[in-house]
Amino acid sequence: MAEEKKLFKVKIDNITVEVEPGTTILNAARKIGGDVVPPAMCYYSKLQGSGGKCRTCLVKVSKGSDADPRPMPKLVASCRTTVMDGMEVGNITSPEVLDARKGVVEFLLLNHPLDCPVCDQAGECHLQDLGYEHGADGTRYEFKRRTFEQVDIGDQIKLHMTRCILCYRCVFTADQLTNKREHGVLGRGEAAEIGTYIHKALDNDFIGNVIDVCPVGALTDKTFRFKNRVWFLKPVDAHRNCDKCCGKTVLWMRGNEVYRVTARKDKYGEVEEFICNTCRFDKKEAKDWTIEGPRKIDRHSVISQGHYVDTVKPKDPLPDVLDGRQPKLLMDIHTVSEVNRPEIDLSKIEGPAHSDDFNIRK
Amino acid sequence: MGRKLLLDKAHIEGIRYYDVYRKHGGYAAAEKALKSMTPELVVEEVKKSGLRGRGGAGFPSGMKWSFLAKPEGVPRYLVCNADESEPGTFKDRYLMEFLPHLLIEGLLISSFALGTHRTYIYIRGEYAWIPDILEEAIAEAKKNGWLGQNILGTGYDLEIYVQRGAGAYICGEETALIESLEGKRGNPRIKPPFPAIKGLWECPTVVNNVETLAAVVPIINIGGDEYVKYGTGKSTGTKLISACGNINKPGVYEIEMNISVEEFIFSDEYCGGIPNGKRLKACIPGGSSVPILPANMLLTTAKGEPRMMTYESLNDGGFASGTMMGSGGFIVLDEDQCVVRHTLSLARFYHHESCGQCSPCREGTGWMKRVLMNIENGKGKMSDIDLLWDIQRKIEGNTICPLGDAAAWPVAAAIRHFRDEFEWHVNHPEESQRRNYGLAHYADPLPKPEPAPAAV
Repeated sequence: MAEEKKLFKVKIDNITVEVEPGTTILNAARKIGGDVVPPAMCYYSKLQGSGGKCRTCLVKVSKGSDADPRPMPKLVASCRTTVMDGMEVGNITSPEVLDARKGVVEFLLLNHPLDCPVCDQAGECHLQDLGYEHGADGTRYEFKRRTFEQVDIGDQIKLHMTRCILCYRCVFTADQLTNKREHGVLGRGEAAEIGTYIHKALDNDFIGNVIDVCPVGALTDKTFRFKNRVWFLKPVDAHRNCDKCCGKTVLWMRGNEVYRVTARKDKYGEVEEFICNTCRFDKKEAKDWTIEGPRKIDRHSVISQGHYVDTVKPKDPLPDVLDGRQPKLLMDIHTVSEVNRPEIDLSKIEGPAHSDDFNIRK
Repeated sequence: MGRKLLLDKAHIEGIRYYDVYRKHGGYAAAEKALKSMTPELVVEEVKKSGLRGRGGAGFPSGMKWSFLAKPEGVPRYLVCNADESEPGTFKDRYLMEFLPHLLIEGLLISSFALGTHRTYIYIRGEYAWIPDILEEAIAEAKKNGWLGQNILGTGYDLEIYVQRGAGAYICGEETALIESLEGKRGNPRIKPPFPAIKGLWECPTVVNNVETLAAVVPIINIGGDEYVKYGTGKSTGTKLISACGNINKPGVYEIEMNISVEEFIFSDEYCGGIPNGKRLKACIPGGSSVPILPANMLLTTAKGEPRMMTYESLNDGGFASGTMMGSGGFIVLDEDQCVVRHTLSLARFYHHESCGQCSPCREGTGWMKRVLMNIENGKGKMSDIDLLWDIQRKIEGNTICPLGDAAAWPVAAAIRHFRDEFEWHVNHPEESQRRNYGLAHYADPLPKPEPAPAAV
């Protein structure tokens, strides 16, 4: 009989969970789920070596382990720190963590424009969520922000470096998913930027995945840019036989029109299986796909607005209160007001309606 | 006259060359270690000596060596950190330039103790002339049988390589140094795993400072027990101090760690006092990243005792009343110096040298610099001082590597001890601007100053 694997007991925000040795604090927290899961802007479980850079997942280790109960002297990145048996971690219960996280959000937003109304990532942006949950209501930064020209890296991907928070996810993706080094980080410090070697194009069958892994709107799909807002689209699971990838995707549709194709993401916004460029950019017809059914989206997401499955419309209580009368029949405005004149047909007025059109003395 | 262990032969003409070095007792320690000691005994001797890392952190070297993993069939590496880039610190340059064989002998003994056969000297790119000196010395040592295969017939092999850095301060951080040595971008790695487990090319690696490795030679020569008799308490042996700023005799001094700060600044043997009879205002005793201390706190500890040039006395229970020995970059400020301008200068350096990997350091260092620039230029507000305090607090401890702390501490200490100077700048904008001659270059532009395009 195989020897039973010893599990480590970890307490995160006073909730105990048992995990395998080698698990990170973040993944232990994900096992618990809910609010105790630290946010992660740069960590991506599917990408080797990712994490530790954005510092949004900092947590307080108040007890190192049963063997060595000393607390860790500094906050640690939960995505890169493995658990020990008996470890105690403070996330949302630690004021120190919340304060540090607030600071990190402020730093991330120093040079990230709040152009959510025109950003293609709006609605599925991790920084939006992070800012909402942990940020301050205003900025204290009063200096000029850094800006960049937009760059076409390849014929289907646009890099808007101004929005980039240098999470390195796309760099890891390009390094690990493609067979040659596609792009990296140029410059250092505040001057660091994502770039290709002398504006070389990103040209690889799987390079479109850099769009999916980008937590903000720095890398966008040129076949979808400004075509629609994600919350107006209906996400459906679909698949096709593809000789390059798994062919399992999410189609973002309006009516029968496919606006964009993305890989399927889990509840932490991480791609389940990477998809090829052909599926992503070239198959934009509904007939290319076998549609499986509506995609379940976290109901807290703006995308889920209007897309709930099996929802029941609540009963309107007013008719009961009003003895069966419909509220719109409570009062006919035309009977009490001389301002509105029902005999005036607005569609017959040339140009926009004007007060002169309603002048009863006329 | 203080006793010396490292620079005792520095005055001998031609000591840079093998023949002279050997004639004056050079390589005796290496011979002793390789012929009559086991690697374990050498490590024991270093542990006994109480030697603390001379790069800045002051971690016990023997203990660091004993952490090195020794898996079968996997090579181990020793890397000499010669990427000395901290403003105010220039002691390793002196050692490498004038006593290259001392370093090579130290490397040989340390490599033997750690069981490494490939050792690298990672040297700061700006020290353009020193790699030639080192390579010449390595060639001499190899020619005389101290490097290469079967050294002294003991069966031990060692090669030493010199690698020039490209001139980035961050590459002095051990994991960034390893990344750079591997040919990658010099970004610090996230620890754990520590280099002692997974370092250069994922093999167990020890990274030691030049001075630390050089200090191994006298330890083996005189023995750990004798070495402890130099210095005091937890600060054994001697330490190289690079003194600069407003002192009469700037330079590199080897001190036995049992003298007071006052003696070091004012005695003729060392700094020789402040020029033109001016008063001492403040001092950064351990390189630019350690907290600045005003004169009264510098010369006396919180307990009212004279502050000594030792790790424990300079630390003195924390940043409120103490500072750190650091790398030994001793920067003295006289009464005419402006702490705000000085802090801005440091903030500008750390902003420029941040690798940009983690958000607090990448964004925070630039923010601090700009706020400081406003205050220094007479455009600051009183709330900017509190803002600065808050920014440094949000950076400190929240970054991947200690560069964030190094950027935050000088600002924190300057506000803590010299807040009135910051307030003076805010309250006297015109005088600040008038006084602020020749600093236009401080207003360096943002990375991409062109305005954002209208279309998104």
